[in-house]
Amino acid sequence: MRFDSLLDSVGQTPLVGLPRLSPSPDVRLWAKLEDRNPTGSVKDRAALAMVVRAEKDGLMRPGCTLLEPTSGNTGISLAMAARLRGYRLVCVMPENTSHERRQLLRMWGAEIVFSPGEGGSNEAVRVAKVLADEHPDWVMLYQYGNQANADAHYETTGPEILADLPEVTHVVAGLGTTGTLMGVGRFFRESSPEVRIVAAEPRYGELVYGLRNLDEGFVPELYDESLIDTRFSVGPRDAVRRVRELLDLEGIFAGISTGAILHAALAQAARAVAAHERADICFVVCDGGWKYLSTGAYEGTVEEAEARLEDQVWA
Amino acid sequence: MAVEVKVPTILRTYTGGEKAVSGSGETLGEVLDDVDSRHSGIRERVVEGTELRRFVNVYVNDEDVRFTGGLGTSVAHGDTVVILPAVAGG
Repeated sequence: MRFDSLLDSVGQTPLVGLPRLSPSPDVRLWAKLEDRNPTGSVKDRAALAMVVRAEKDGLMRPGCTLLEPTSGNTGISLAMAARLRGYRLVCVMPENTSHERRQLLRMWGAEIVFSPGEGGSNEAVRVAKVLADEHPDWVMLYQYGNQANADAHYETTGPEILADLPEVTHVVAGLGTTGTLMGVGRFFRESSPEVRIVAAEPRYGELVYGLRNLDEGFVPELYDESLIDTRFSVGPRDAVRRVRELLDLEGIFAGISTGAILHAALAQAARAVAAHERADICFVVCDGGWKYLSTGAYEGTVEEAEARLEDQVWA
Repeated sequence: MAVEVKVPTILRTYTGGEKAVSGSGETLGEVLDDVDSRHSGIRERVVEGTELRRFVNVYVNDEDVRFTGGLGTSVAHGDTVVILPAVAGG
């Protein structure tokens, strides 16, 4: 495949079957390898779409400063796009994220403002909003409320899945900004409404939920619960266990959040087997495991890995 | 019909600091009523009228109850109910 530039190569990722994790020939699992994007994560789709739309809408001038709250991947994608398009990027990121994410952000030229670990990404959003008020000339694309984020998946990820797997019965993806599921969900609601849309949400340790009050909770503006059918909360133990199974049985080295997504996908597979129904379950591999090696998720026992992830924003 | 209800840090003022309390009932709503009878005020922080509060998520056996019948979600002996504030990802 040939492309005019790196940015042109975003998307069109492989869909691979998982013969050893699939419970039967009638209930099959398929992995959408989003780690094959230019910066190694699904967020390249949203980041590029947000930048392109903002440019089209005349929001960005050459040399302007972008600001974004992110737990990592969106920032890394934006940093790459910003570098190629000539923008400065300031990311607000929780302090309890992996070292590799910081290194990658800086490598692509982003500046990082750390937000307190307590409260996780909610705090990053809050701090970014304060910075945006202080710097009215900065452009905050704001992935949690930017329609271009969801539209990227409506226009590309969803159609790619349907083209490669017309018999798809379930799509399972992570729920963070909700962009992937909102876009894919809307696409399938319109094109194949019988396809079940399943969300897997990471369940962190207590520190991340340590808000001062419940009104500091946060639901992304993009989120529309009518576009999904069910939503699972998956803790680090199940996420680590599954991400190791994916590596051991299918050779795929994925990030920890993908383990959470696979856990939800396998639950759907088990339900289909129990109901004697055919199922072709596509799940999103958000990124590779490289960025999480320093967390210790891939070493020692599952219990040890779980303990190491306790205070981390691991998805 | 005992179920374990896991309480987030922010609501432990109602449970004397306990991370998890026991509740009973056939539905999530009944369980929360039962828990509230011993930990007065906690239900009000989770439920507004007949709906969950916007920034609170409740899971029965890890599944979000907003997709399984809300407060009417069936619970069975040995189930786990998790209450969490809504947090962002990305």
